[in-house]
Amino acid sequence: MANTQTDPGVIPGPTSRAFDMLGGTPLIWRMASLALFFAIWEIAGRTNFNWAFPTFLETMAALWEMLANGSMFSAYGRTLEPLVIGLVISLGIGVSAGVLMGLRRDVEWITLPVFITMQAAPMAALIPLITFVYGIGLTSKVLAVCMLAMPVIAINSYKAVRNVPPSLVDMSQSFMGSRRQQVFKIILPAASPMMFAGIRLGVAEGFSGVVLAELLITPTGIGDLITFNRSVAKFAHMYAAIFSIVAFAVIAVSLLHRVETSLFRPEKRGA
Amino acid sequence: MDLYGFKIPRVAALLFWAALWEIVGQFELLLLFPPLSEVLFALPDVVTTSSFAEAARITVAAYLGGLALAVVLGIGLGMLMGLVKAADNLLNMWVNIFLSAPLSALVPVIMILFGMGMPTVVVTVFMFAVWIIALDTRAGVLHVSPSLIEMSRSFGASRWERFRIILLSAMPEILAGVRLGVIRGVKGVVIGQLLVSIIGVGALFSLYSQNFLMAHFWALILILFAFALTLADVIARLETRIEYYAGARA
Amino acid sequence: MNMPSTLHSTERSPVATTPEAVIEVRGVHKVYAGNITALQNIDLDFNRGEMTSLLGPSGCGKTTLLKIIAGLLKPTKGDVAVNGRPVAGPGPERAFVFQDFALMPWASVLRNAAFGLELQGVGKSEREDRARHYVNEVGLSGFEDKYPHELSGGMRQRVGLARALAVDADVLLMDEPFSAVDEQTRRKFQEDLIRLREIEKKTFILVTHSIEEAVYLSDRIVLLSPRPGRLNKIVTPEIDRSGDPDLIRRNPEYLDLIDDIWSGLRAYVE
Repeated sequence: MANTQTDPGVIPGPTSRAFDMLGGTPLIWRMASLALFFAIWEIAGRTNFNWAFPTFLETMAALWEMLANGSMFSAYGRTLEPLVIGLVISLGIGVSAGVLMGLRRDVEWITLPVFITMQAAPMAALIPLITFVYGIGLTSKVLAVCMLAMPVIAINSYKAVRNVPPSLVDMSQSFMGSRRQQVFKIILPAASPMMFAGIRLGVAEGFSGVVLAELLITPTGIGDLITFNRSVAKFAHMYAAIFSIVAFAVIAVSLLHRVETSLFRPEKRGA
Repeated sequence: MDLYGFKIPRVAALLFWAALWEIVGQFELLLLFPPLSEVLFALPDVVTTSSFAEAARITVAAYLGGLALAVVLGIGLGMLMGLVKAADNLLNMWVNIFLSAPLSALVPVIMILFGMGMPTVVVTVFMFAVWIIALDTRAGVLHVSPSLIEMSRSFGASRWERFRIILLSAMPEILAGVRLGVIRGVKGVVIGQLLVSIIGVGALFSLYSQNFLMAHFWALILILFAFALTLADVIARLETRIEYYAGARA
Repeated sequence: MNMPSTLHSTERSPVATTPEAVIEVRGVHKVYAGNITALQNIDLDFNRGEMTSLLGPSGCGKTTLLKIIAGLLKPTKGDVAVNGRPVAGPGPERAFVFQDFALMPWASVLRNAAFGLELQGVGKSEREDRARHYVNEVGLSGFEDKYPHELSGGMRQRVGLARALAVDADVLLMDEPFSAVDEQTRRKFQEDLIRLREIEKKTFILVTHSIEEAVYLSDRIVLLSPRPGRLNKIVTPEIDRSGDPDLIRRNPEYLDLIDDIWSGLRAYVE
């Protein structure tokens, strides 16, 4: 405890913890882990156990080719549009619904069952129906993202508000804080770490949603790269497209995780 | 008490939404929602077809198969990661990656490797469920109190007995992981069939949307949702039964 | 109330509303859901400038009583008056110190200490000046810009105390303030509290389960007995606290009184 006194005013964390994002495994182990996985992939590809299974190096070559000729970038341009719009909508509605459910019993009573159902049920089943009604355009894809991302954001925001330490709420009350002050000065700041974690999970779900939408509704963007390359039997290109979207999603979510730890880590130890 | 006070209004709230759905459907306010009554009338129609029986068979079989694989391999993987530091260092990253990756993107690969049939659906269920089970098992093993292990050692427990003690005391976390795996698995079984689209529920969905059978479509979705929620509920009940473990441990 | 007896425990005298009673508790009952009676028929006065401890084993309702006085809980029956006015909720003349500190982890020591003033709408520079004064007074100068997680338990509770002092209430309500603080820190904190009382002429109500702490700190000890929580006995230790605070712990009166109270409470523990 005492040794933290030497750096006055600085929240420790952001830099020293930068490599801490995936469970605190040392960097060298993670490199080894990556190398091992790719080596197994390469060897499996070379054994020709499956006619449609490219080696790791072939896949990387295809990835490089698509990056170089720009097809990858234009594909991501198309994919990110419904993803970003859907996530912004989910964030807005999900967080406000979650906070309202946390603050008000009546809203909780009426709304929570819907979100619980949405979270536990296979919402993907609705995607064909949405296509059926709203066609194959942007609307359907945005809706697909929202359906998958919103429940987890809303439920986590709700839980975050509910998990605010009661003594902090008592504190604000005992010092004559108004309900408004209680919400904005105590409940929302105290709930924000868990809310942010929910948003991170929501982003991961949103990626799932957009990929599903692009595979199920109509192939555009990255889904088009996957479907098209499969249909013309350019399997290395197909694998490269899948590899890129998985890597993209994982990196995006890890970055969010990193932002989360650097923003909120000092507080987690505080309570 | 609290549960009792909560359970009753929860059902009432669902009734409220059902009524709202009916109204929206009757007045055609949202194209997406046909009247709930119409959907309910379509239910027997859907359930009695032979293609539904086939879809149900495929869904249940693929689900159970994939989940069983996921539970066995997930717990095994989690135990390995919890007990062997090197395995943990090598695998932890990949488990985390697969946990947050859009797994539906992998289904096309699974389809190529396993064909356009049930094995693909089984593998999809497995892929959706296994990682969370492994991760929670690992967490459970790492949380086993060191004094418990020291105790078993000091009383001369054999290797096998020690392993059993660890497995049993990691049970609450393992079960929590299995519960999440069960829910994820349902999503996997649906997504797998949707993407394969020529078997089971996926084939039914294509049939209904080609013939504009909205009410049938919803009826099938309701059945799937009921299946998912019932499973989640059953597992949650099981978990509260075994919760005394966690309580006794704390 | 200040009877000339030293370590004799004095039975509660019939209610005599002395002019200096800051807080009057009249016929308070508290029944929780499920018919659990937490408090039964509590009549108590707390005098201005005194430190009173509410002491008793767990389940005696001492924290419930404190929260009722604070206005955080409503009594099922009976009422509480502060400065002659009935209590309807928390008020500016009472400040609460929490068992788990209740500090905002995202705020610096200074902002935490100034938070009561912030809620009252006091301007930033003024409230920070006042908070700085009290942070200094509780012995935390130099830590103004630290965050709670960088402090030890004892230091965190000092922030909680500074926050309560900063709003300049008449009464400080302390809910087991030292129970989450380690033993050495607790002793130091208790000594500091005795000194602090000499500077800040305030009324203190302290909930504790430690007999030593109650005897060491208080002018008056209210013993509560459990299930349901009732008034058992009121003890007024007459211990001279003007000298070295460490000497108090060797004072025979202090030691005898601890024994005395323990033999009374023992029955409820067995």
